Amino acid sequence: MTLQTPPSPHIHSGMRISGMMLRVIAALIPAIICYTWFFGWGLIINSVIAILTAVASEALMLKLRKRPLKPFLGDGSAVLSGMLLAFCIPPLAPWWITVLGVAFALIIGKHLYGGLGYNPFNPAMVGYVMLLISFPLEMTSWMPPLILEQLEIGFIDTLGMIFFSHFPYGLSIDALSSATPLDAMKTDLGLSNTVSEIIESNALFGDFAGTGWEWVGNWLLLGGMYLIYKRVISWQIPLALISTLFVISAFFFLMDPDTYPSPLFHIFGGATILAAFFIATDPVSASTTPKGRIVYGIGIGIIIYVIRAWGSYPDAVAFAVLLMNMAAPTIDYYTQPRVYGHVRGKD
Amino acid sequence: MADNSKEIINEGLWRNNTALVQLLGLCPLLAVSGTVINALGLGIATTLVLAGSNVTVSLVRNLVRPELRIPTFVLIIACFVTAVELLMKAFVYYLYLILGIFIPLIVTNCVIIARAESFASKNNVGRSLLDGLSMGVGFTLVLVALGAMREVIGHGTLFAQAELMFGEGAQWLTITFIDGYHGFLLAILPPGAFIGLGLLIALKNVIDRRANERAVTARQKSPAEPPAEPAAQP
Repeated sequence: MTLQTPPSPHIHSGMRISGMMLRVIAALIPAIICYTWFFGWGLIINSVIAILTAVASEALMLKLRKRPLKPFLGDGSAVLSGMLLAFCIPPLAPWWITVLGVAFALIIGKHLYGGLGYNPFNPAMVGYVMLLISFPLEMTSWMPPLILEQLEIGFIDTLGMIFFSHFPYGLSIDALSSATPLDAMKTDLGLSNTVSEIIESNALFGDFAGTGWEWVGNWLLLGGMYLIYKRVISWQIPLALISTLFVISAFFFLMDPDTYPSPLFHIFGGATILAAFFIATDPVSASTTPKGRIVYGIGIGIIIYVIRAWGSYPDAVAFAVLLMNMAAPTIDYYTQPRVYGHVRGKD
Repeated sequence: MADNSKEIINEGLWRNNTALVQLLGLCPLLAVSGTVINALGLGIATTLVLAGSNVTVSLVRNLVRPELRIPTFVLIIACFVTAVELLMKAFVYYLYLILGIFIPLIVTNCVIIARAESFASKNNVGRSLLDGLSMGVGFTLVLVALGAMREVIGHGTLFAQAELMFGEGAQWLTITFIDGYHGFLLAILPPGAFIGLGLLIALKNVIDRRANERAVTARQKSPAEPPAEPAAQP
């Protein structure tokens, strides 16, 4: 298979990698603040650990590969991968989870394939899937929103929990952790409860997609809109992904609202918004043609729904993104745009 | 002859290693390299079959018509696999249970038919035996190295269940590195085998390249009587 370069003229958008990465990081910040408001300091501490590990792993690999440090370290891509991965890890996960995941993501997921621009898979998701498969216990110990627990967990307490597994008030991780809304929904549906019973019985579910989670989703959506407005990401992937998920989940919801949760729950619950705007739009591993991006987004939307509804994992964003990463070169090959001046259907 | 047998051993153990260079027999390699003992068990079984089939093929190489050679080779290999299977059943029954289907599957290991076809059917008995043994040992070494990597990372132990192979007296062989190790599931699951094998191949390539570079520098230096100029390093 040959991957063609579209014919000239090529216009440079004027955007550099570092500018892109900085904007993505800026777009994440409101959501990070919101997340901290609802779930405590864990995310910020994890992000710092992740960024330090990311920069260290990147520097180590650049040195081993005898590449210049400054241009690659300065582009911010490692920092962004680390932050995205930290966003996916439970806020109270022990420190070595974050370190291991980020190091694996950058060393094996990115540099062994040739570094930025050559990695076929989204590095953050490679690290996440490795963690999820290897450490299911640590990776599913999520926190309930603090307002539901009536707990004051300060910065120092959180540091103690992450670094020394030292829990305040004599609690243990089992007492403190709770399922995510998606997880709780899946478990309770398995016990043959109806969706409305489940949502009413548990304060975790909030207004439409989970207390706290829905707000994090809103802020991520706003950040994503900013990225589209600034043309850091293209609109095709988020739109295709979210509308596919909406159509499928609406179809099943209308058929049987007792067994299939509402489309809003699917879109704002879990990591859908994060995936649609921040993860699936990774310029290296995603599809690059306009039509291809739509196919790519639809594919991710379908896989997310299939695994959430009928698979064994509660959320499926990472698996969906990695599977479609694999398909991206083929999608690009079949969706080359028509070259200006050429007749459709002829080469 | 002496020089030649050295060559055969080098081929099998390093230069033409079945697992790292030819990439043959990957199915059992990836499937049973979860622990050192499993790896060692399958490695020894494969080596025995390889040596036996190479010798027999070499003995009958002038009697078999070329058209019938492949079925004949397969029958010979199947005989040895059956023999090894029965032996394992008799002496290391629990290891036999763990390795399960991968023992009969040695028949389909491409390494064995490849050596029969490309080496044993063209060489005398002594050389074929040596080739079978060195190819088998090369395969076993890679299996054990991969098994050790996966066991240390995945379980935090080394030589776990050694008693399955060496009897009850061998339990002291088991080394536990960290007590209460959580386990690193990825290393035990199939992706761990693929990543581990990839890293081993990369390691071999690095060692080869270093050796090559050193040989080139040595050659550049040697003709000049006094080491006037140090060879330009890249």
